[in-house]
Amino acid sequence: MSSFGAVVRAVSLGRLRGQPGRLTVTVAAIALGVSLATAVFVINAGALNEFGLAARKLVGAADVIVRGPRQGFDESVFVRLAQEPGIDVASPVLELEVVPLGGHPPLKVMAVDPFRAAPMQPELLAGVGRDLMALFEPGAVALSAEAARELAVRAGDVLSVRAGAGTYDLRVVAVMPADAYAQRLALMDIATAQWVFDRVGRINRIDLRLEQGRDVGRLRERLAAVLPAGVNALNPGVERDRAAEVTRAYRVNLNMLALVALLTGAFLVFSTQALSILRRRSALALLRAVGATRRQLELALLLEGLLLGAAGSLVGVVLGQVVASLALARLGGDLGGGFFGGLEVVARPQPVVLAAFLVIGTAVAAIGAWLPAREAAATSPSRALKSGDAEQAAARLRPVWPGAAVGLVGAACAWLPPVGGLPVFGYVSVAALLAAGVMLVPAAAARLLDAVPSPAAVTWKTALAQLRGSASQSAVSLAAIIVSFSLMVAMAIMVYSFRESFERWLGEVLPADLHVRVASSSDTAYWTPADQEAIADLDGIQRIRFQRWQEAYLAPDRPPVAVIAREVSRDPTQALPLVRGADFELPAGAVPTWVSEAVTDLYGIDVGDTLELPLAGRRFDLVVAGVWRDYGRSTGALVVDRDWYIARTGDETASHVAIWLAPGASAEDVARRIRGRFERGEDLQVLTGTAIRELSLRVFDRAFAVTYLLEAVAVVIGLIGVSFAFSSQALARRAEFGMLRHVGMLRRQVVGMLAGEGAIMSALGVLYGLTLGFVLSLVLVYVINRQSFNWSIDVALPWVQLALLGAVLVAAASVTAMLSGRAATSAQAVRAVREDW
Amino acid sequence: MPASSRAVLQLSAIVKRYAPDRPAVLDGIDMELGQGEYVAIMGESGVGKSTLLNLMAGLDRPDAGRILFEGADLGGLDDDSATLLRRERMGFVFQAFHVLPYMTVADNVGLPLDLAGASPAERAPRVETMLDRVGLAGYGQRYPRELSGGETQRVAIARALVHRPRLLLADEPTGNLDPRTASLVLELLRDCVHAEGASGVLITHSRAAADTADRILLLDGRRLSPAQPAR
Repeated sequence: MSSFGAVVRAVSLGRLRGQPGRLTVTVAAIALGVSLATAVFVINAGALNEFGLAARKLVGAADVIVRGPRQGFDESVFVRLAQEPGIDVASPVLELEVVPLGGHPPLKVMAVDPFRAAPMQPELLAGVGRDLMALFEPGAVALSAEAARELAVRAGDVLSVRAGAGTYDLRVVAVMPADAYAQRLALMDIATAQWVFDRVGRINRIDLRLEQGRDVGRLRERLAAVLPAGVNALNPGVERDRAAEVTRAYRVNLNMLALVALLTGAFLVFSTQALSILRRRSALALLRAVGATRRQLELALLLEGLLLGAAGSLVGVVLGQVVASLALARLGGDLGGGFFGGLEVVARPQPVVLAAFLVIGTAVAAIGAWLPAREAAATSPSRALKSGDAEQAAARLRPVWPGAAVGLVGAACAWLPPVGGLPVFGYVSVAALLAAGVMLVPAAAARLLDAVPSPAAVTWKTALAQLRGSASQSAVSLAAIIVSFSLMVAMAIMVYSFRESFERWLGEVLPADLHVRVASSSDTAYWTPADQEAIADLDGIQRIRFQRWQEAYLAPDRPPVAVIAREVSRDPTQALPLVRGADFELPAGAVPTWVSEAVTDLYGIDVGDTLELPLAGRRFDLVVAGVWRDYGRSTGALVVDRDWYIARTGDETASHVAIWLAPGASAEDVARRIRGRFERGEDLQVLTGTAIRELSLRVFDRAFAVTYLLEAVAVVIGLIGVSFAFSSQALARRAEFGMLRHVGMLRRQVVGMLAGEGAIMSALGVLYGLTLGFVLSLVLVYVINRQSFNWSIDVALPWVQLALLGAVLVAAASVTAMLSGRAATSAQAVRAVREDW
Repeated sequence: MPASSRAVLQLSAIVKRYAPDRPAVLDGIDMELGQGEYVAIMGESGVGKSTLLNLMAGLDRPDAGRILFEGADLGGLDDDSATLLRRERMGFVFQAFHVLPYMTVADNVGLPLDLAGASPAERAPRVETMLDRVGLAGYGQRYPRELSGGETQRVAIARALVHRPRLLLADEPTGNLDPRTASLVLELLRDCVHAEGASGVLITHSRAAADTADRILLLDGRRLSPAQPAR
């Protein structure tokens, strides 16, 4: 056997063979951390991939997409573009959201000229197959397989949809195969759609394919000069990215969770390996004394870390893939959050991704082993052989300056702007602050333990003395739980703050007693002026406010902003949740608009600035009179006065009605009267402000349910780490317990002492984790949330939740410490005083 | 010092085996330890010296025979009662010292008093006295890592006697020390036992160590037999 082989055998093989239980726990801990990160990534990537695939099929082979607001633009633009030199195919499109009757969610309708669309979206049109001609029949519609399944219709069935405040019966002429398009979609002939949904002469998109060799950039520049205001010529990539924008909130949430999982796993592996090496320092020193070189020791320990990391990571990636498949099958691509409505995501194993996580997990374990291995190998054997050296070695982690420096870098990153709309530096800030927090744990633990008053009871006194004497080692063992707990605290504070702000906001934006919509979200369901009059004339109504939602593009490369046309009272602070501009004096003759925070963040516009709004093919200069908080749309919204809107656009329709009841009138009676006034009135959305608030909060809670679940898993991983640390500490202290039992400490006192150590250390960990978590929550709220969603949140602390969580953690750690100590205090263990140490 | 007539510890016909199908480690051991007597039990490695010590300490039970400590049958005590008895009336010195590295010298010495619920006013002077007696006056606030092997074992001796036990059990207390230090520690141990009015049992395989005792017993072939001191 080579000398290195002998060193490996002495250092690691004995441990690998002799302590299978402890090794299993180490491998399981690594596996859990890696599996959590893998599962989150696979789900996220799977969902995004499906979303991207769907978006690509809709964009098809177009070189340029001409996109206008949803309400559309005149189809004469298409006629002009089709005649432009260099354009091979031009395909007009009308994209609509249509509401099927029967309580179904809105259905995306893509209305095209089938012959022009065939070369643009070949996969979609091929899906309709030989029934393509049937699309030209009156009221014909072809459905994707997912839409047909959700609507429970087949080819030949009737599909009733809302058109205005009335209804229309479409006829399903074909159901596309599942691989043609995975999401809910309806294809219609453009002329039919224009007629059915009262959009005659209007389209909102033109797909252009250029002749070979034509310069796309130059064409886009040329088109920009001739297109009406608010209509833009876009690169298809921008169009596809926009599709991903709607999932941004969801992805940010999942990214945060993946970060939690990965960091918890990383710190757990580090602390497990570091402690294991610290406790073998005497044996390692002995090997050095008998001739093993530093390098051989270092390499042997690194090899051990690599092996354990590889084993844990291998189990982790397999487990992660299985968990992702199960989660997707049970909860869907949005994990129950409701973001992807009907998107079916499959967790296809991606070898490259799985290999990457295998490498990351193994590398983290190896680094976790290498840092303490270097230190152990570099220590002189004579010093390492002395009892108490492990603490001396761990105490070298106590200097404050490295942690403080990393913390300062983290704090500085929190002030940097987003990169490509993503809070990249925010994530760096969280990771750096977390790392700094962990690096400062040994110093903080020593100071905090010194501050704890000495208790009179001998068990607590001994427990405290033990902790003071091994503060640095204990701090290393607490690292994983501090990481997972502080991240959980940070997320809990962020989610609670968001929920509180959201609830308050709902109260502000829904002040009326009753809110009525033709559908929850649709371009084709609205009230005509006659409908509005009919509602206003109903009994039991004291005040009524109609509202119209539209879209406008403020910049060609960004998603549209929502334009809300509504009556704005003289005091906008009473009607909008203003965050700025309450005292703004509007210049004489200026047209006011109140923009959401997202508009200020994304377009750099603030109170007093002029905003150019493209509407109905024209551009209007409006002055920003205030900035309001909007949790409904992260891509921006602005409010304009409805009278001004009608005067400029001629659009007198309304999509939403807010009703204040007359004294003594009942909401049920008024709702019944409204429903009775319209065809299929039972499908109208008539809800009280309270009901909408409750519904919205339910959706909110459902969206964050998986977050809590995954955080809990992270904390459990952390607890496993603590359990491992306690049990290995208890085993290492067998002789000490034996001596204590000899000199008269009862077995329950020894166990009590261990529970005391667990309680004191975890209480300090909880206190520290709460503080660190609070700091991290500020970055989440003010940086990551703000840069991701473009809305502000007021920080609120969930005291009860945090206190309960802290108490559970302290109790769990105490019980864990107690259980770990039971074996070490058995009658057999009392004789451990005969073992040399 | 001659033994008084009253026996502190009596072992009668003790038999101990670790498995029913294996020969007894101790077979028919009889022994009596008088008040103030300091006895050495000698024997080669593996003859059952530590097993005998465990039985005397009430940490283990004999398969046959009886052990009376100041009239109490150790075999009839449950774990808690045996622990409380050790706490109040026994002291231990181990080969590997077993002082707690995270406690100061004073806290290590005071541990048995803490366990007995002594007040700080009772504890402090007693700890001072014991440190003075073992030659470590002024060492109270040091940590074990700052001490030599001999000094650490003196801390263990002070701890073993600080609560004025009736019986001190020392298991190879000089096994980790050099001969000169070992000799000093053994003399200190004997003197302290006598000064505190305790009885003592010294387990050793060293004849030189055994010679510091009042009486020497040889454990060989599962039996105890008297041996004459060399001096």
